[in-house]
Amino acid sequence: MTTSPLLDATGVAKNYGAVAALRNASLSVLPGEVHALMGANGAGKSTLVKILTGAIKADAGRILIRGKQLDVRSPAAARRAGLLPVYQEPSLIPDLDVLSNLKLTSTPVEPFRAWVRELGIPDLDIRETARHIPLAVLRVLDLARALAVEPDVLLLDEMTAALPANLAEKVLEVVRRQGDAGRSVIFISHRFVEISALCDRATVLRDGSTVGVVDIEPGVEERIVEMMLGTRIEKARVAARAANEVAVAAGGRSRLSVRNLQLGTKLKDVSFDLANGEVAGVFALEGQGQDELFAALAGSIRPTGGTIDVDGAPVKFSHPSDAIQAGIAYVPGDRTEALAMQRSVRENIALPFSAGLRKWGPIRMRREQVVVSGAIGRLQIDIRAQGEVQRLSGGNQQKVTIARWIAANARTILCFDPTRGIDVGTKQEIYKLLRELAGQGKSVLFYTSEMEEVQRVCDRVIVIFGGRVVDTFPVEEADEAALMRAAYGLPRGVKADVGILADVKPVSNAEAAS
Amino acid sequence: MTDIATMPRSVSFGRRLKRFMADRPLIPLVILLIILVVILQILRPGIVNERWLANTAKFAIPLAILAGCQTMTMLTGGIDLSVGTVATMSAFIMATQIVNQDPAVAFLLAMLPAVLIGLVNGIGVGVFRVHPLIMTLGTSLIGTGFLQVYQRTVIASGAKIPDFLNWLGTGVTYGFPNALLLFVPVAVLIVLMLNRTGFGRLLYAVGDNERAARLSGVRYWQVIVALYILSSLLAGITGLLYIGLIKAPSLSLAEPLVLPSVAAAVIGGTSIFGGRGGYTGTIIGALILTVLTTLLTILQMPEGGRRILFGFIVLFVTAAYLRIVEDR
Repeated sequence: MTTSPLLDATGVAKNYGAVAALRNASLSVLPGEVHALMGANGAGKSTLVKILTGAIKADAGRILIRGKQLDVRSPAAARRAGLLPVYQEPSLIPDLDVLSNLKLTSTPVEPFRAWVRELGIPDLDIRETARHIPLAVLRVLDLARALAVEPDVLLLDEMTAALPANLAEKVLEVVRRQGDAGRSVIFISHRFVEISALCDRATVLRDGSTVGVVDIEPGVEERIVEMMLGTRIEKARVAARAANEVAVAAGGRSRLSVRNLQLGTKLKDVSFDLANGEVAGVFALEGQGQDELFAALAGSIRPTGGTIDVDGAPVKFSHPSDAIQAGIAYVPGDRTEALAMQRSVRENIALPFSAGLRKWGPIRMRREQVVVSGAIGRLQIDIRAQGEVQRLSGGNQQKVTIARWIAANARTILCFDPTRGIDVGTKQEIYKLLRELAGQGKSVLFYTSEMEEVQRVCDRVIVIFGGRVVDTFPVEEADEAALMRAAYGLPRGVKADVGILADVKPVSNAEAAS
Repeated sequence: MTDIATMPRSVSFGRRLKRFMADRPLIPLVILLIILVVILQILRPGIVNERWLANTAKFAIPLAILAGCQTMTMLTGGIDLSVGTVATMSAFIMATQIVNQDPAVAFLLAMLPAVLIGLVNGIGVGVFRVHPLIMTLGTSLIGTGFLQVYQRTVIASGAKIPDFLNWLGTGVTYGFPNALLLFVPVAVLIVLMLNRTGFGRLLYAVGDNERAARLSGVRYWQVIVALYILSSLLAGITGLLYIGLIKAPSLSLAEPLVLPSVAAAVIGGTSIFGGRGGYTGTIIGALILTVLTTLLTILQMPEGGRRILFGFIVLFVTAAYLRIVEDR
């Protein structure tokens, strides 16, 4: 006999303008089940979660709860229907104490306290203002608050991400018991180890559609990775490039060398080298510490541990200007972070020229004009609307952010997802430009969330997972399957039949077992 | 008047005209100024003559320089409400110290509080991130307090207006007010600084997007400290000019100019949110406000009514101007 699903969503679709965030997603959760929701970056996980919890409205599709059609119009409606999410960001209002926060959501206090104790925090003062509570504890409180109202379906988004090991263990244990008590949990995670320890089944999303539902059993992680990749796994690789030889010819001289870099809880241990004449890719799932890595290299945040060497000499950056002084320029992924939108293309490109105290004097307009138009020409920026950068298209804006550092002749460029949300033609131009820069002996560190770009642009790829470098491969070996496995923290060269999912022990043991 | 006569009726032409104005935001301001002068001439035929022009310039100049302080600080998203106090302090100190000090020493003593207040403003805003409105209001109150204390110590020695400042503030040579000798270089310097120097670029950049400026290597506090000191110095010099014009040192000498200086910068098209604007617009804004004041004075309205009307006109002009100029 088959039990009828507690939650059954089918054919869910959502468009943002011309972009389809979800095409045909389905998710079916049985009572008492812990169900993993998986998918690569941009597969549509967050959109589906937002629709299920009423944060946004679907364009098409049907959502049944206990067989009844449900119109989740608002988070409150989802809550009444017994669907409760715990998001990655803490949701307590920072300026209220815990008790007032509970009252706001009419959460019963005693069950909440019981859950908090259960989750491994014995001494919580519920009169404490939320602002003063550490992040890890806040996340546990969010979970306890959700558990206290005994929802039918609990939705956990990367629940263990910011937790220390002991709390994470308690959380996983409690989540497991939810299942045993007949309630369902939808569990979103990038960590196979957790999923194997916790979940009964997994739904895999790719490009906005559900591509498979699998039972979690030893060896299934290979199938999941395959599903997440789809047919792309067979795609041919880009041939090795001449630029590789340039890097070798330069004597492998290290331009930037990072050792054991640490930053709070996000960046745990990152070491790598960036050579002159090289484009090194950084590939990671969202939130694995790549933002912090780039910020530390750009001088925006001070690392809490480890060293950075530039051309063999140790450096300590306390302001982006220090990094720029060392020839390291940072191009953020978000254009609005890098551009003065109301100012002209010229002023935006020339901005670093005026930054230092000694350059506050009269500008040599003609020379500036020459340098700026050189950079504009090189990137082929469309300057018909150059009076204000905000009138340019997204692709042209992105080019301006890069042109600035071409004009400043920076020796190392840190590009953080520079092609996000821009058109294909511009993407190609940016790839070409980055290769040219490497050809001139400059070095580029290139974070991307698109695997295809790794092969198009990079000589080498550094994969980061959970704040650590998990693997580094030359581009020839970086096919999409290998990248995806590495990005999920799966060890290289371990075959499916080893079944590390069955083994919750550290990865190195599993490798030894092979 | 021909500009007015060709005001568009058809929509498409209006759209084009709007675009034209958006690219040249000074034109509608100049038109408004001309309209005001014409109205004045109609209400009081013959009032617009050489003497009136010189007089208007004399009163517009101190306002325009203080509005320059506002323009520069507003470009970074700030404001300098301490300009009135700074101007008053330097004027008052000058007038009292000149009695028994060398003019050069008196001048330096007069500029000292300006530099100090500018420095404190700059550090407060740039380093400790106090909101400029609160910061400059605070230093303004503190400055006024110090001035009251200072007044007690010099009450016996009396005050006088140096002849040179008298000449500069009120004198007219060949029909041109002498104050232009100060104003023209100051205005040219401000305009050049904003458009042709690294510092000027940074004011716009910091006001438009502080984070982008930081990522380009700009140290915010350096820009802000330099800016507020510069603004205070300009205010101090304005105080000296103003005492030569008003000729009566008091503890609230330049205070009435503070809010009009903000209004002049806003009317002149500088955004209080930063990143957009310029000094030429501000100068015309100061002229508009001065002519408007004359206009309301000759209407012989009671003071209250005049103020109400003044406020309404400033609001209306600013709103209309933004609608014309904003390209959205």
